[in-house]
Amino acid sequence: MVDSIGIDIVLILLLMAISVGTVITIRLLRAAVGLALVSALLTIVMYRMGAPVAAVFELSVCAGLILVIFISTISLTQRLTPDRIIHVERETLRRFWFLPIIIVVIAVFLSQVNLPVGDAAAPIAQAPPSPMGVREVLWNLRHMDLIGQVIILLAGAFGVLILFKRGK
Amino acid sequence: MGDTLIQPVWLYGVTVALLMIVGLYCIVVTSNLIRALIGLEIIMKAVTLLITMVGQLTGNTAMAQSFVITLIVIEVVLMIVAGGLVISIFRKYHTIDVRVLRNLKG
Repeated sequence: MVDSIGIDIVLILLLMAISVGTVITIRLLRAAVGLALVSALLTIVMYRMGAPVAAVFELSVCAGLILVIFISTISLTQRLTPDRIIHVERETLRRFWFLPIIIVVIAVFLSQVNLPVGDAAAPIAQAPPSPMGVREVLWNLRHMDLIGQVIILLAGAFGVLILFKRGK
Repeated sequence: MGDTLIQPVWLYGVTVALLMIVGLYCIVVTSNLIRALIGLEIIMKAVTLLITMVGQLTGNTAMAQSFVITLIVIEVVLMIVAGGLVISIFRKYHTIDVRVLRNLKG
């Protein structure tokens, strides 16, 4: 069990370090790749928490598709001159240099207080596990969610079409 | 993932809080629209981790996973539309700096 907690701690530390690095990095492309790494690490954490289906979704969609979306957006928008790049770098450093310090201080503070979620060695799954699988929940209990997802996907597709429509 | 598996619940709780703080800080401080979207994504990751954690706490991981799948679908659509908006704004104003985008005409 100590090994299991140790792996969790290493994963969480990596997750936090990469997420902070994603935010404070100067280049947006590196930030997008960092976001994909955060998604990949979150996938491992979710798998270890007993949510393999959601973990696969997270890996394929968030680490894959959203990275493509970000890279496309960055490549279509970033046209900075060398002078402007230096200015942006200075500004980013000035705004974000103390974020790691804030995060470390808050992490130390939160680790000292007794969170209501339980003790360090508390069993996480105290309630009896549900007999239903993800498929049964998704198709039988939450089928309205699926309809909503389809509507949202269509709304997103039409929204992008309208956004990119060229005026005559 | 049985009942006897010991997991550091507080560790995940603290991680959710810290990820929220990182994302919110990024959104509040930055003036770049793409960086604000990255902050929003990090907040979404925190919410995903929170839902998974609560699902495991209550022993109802199937329900939590269905919620996470719904969240991911909405997240993707949000990112696609937001990316399209950023590109449209760049085409019109030739910048994605929110300090420059102060015209709300039309």
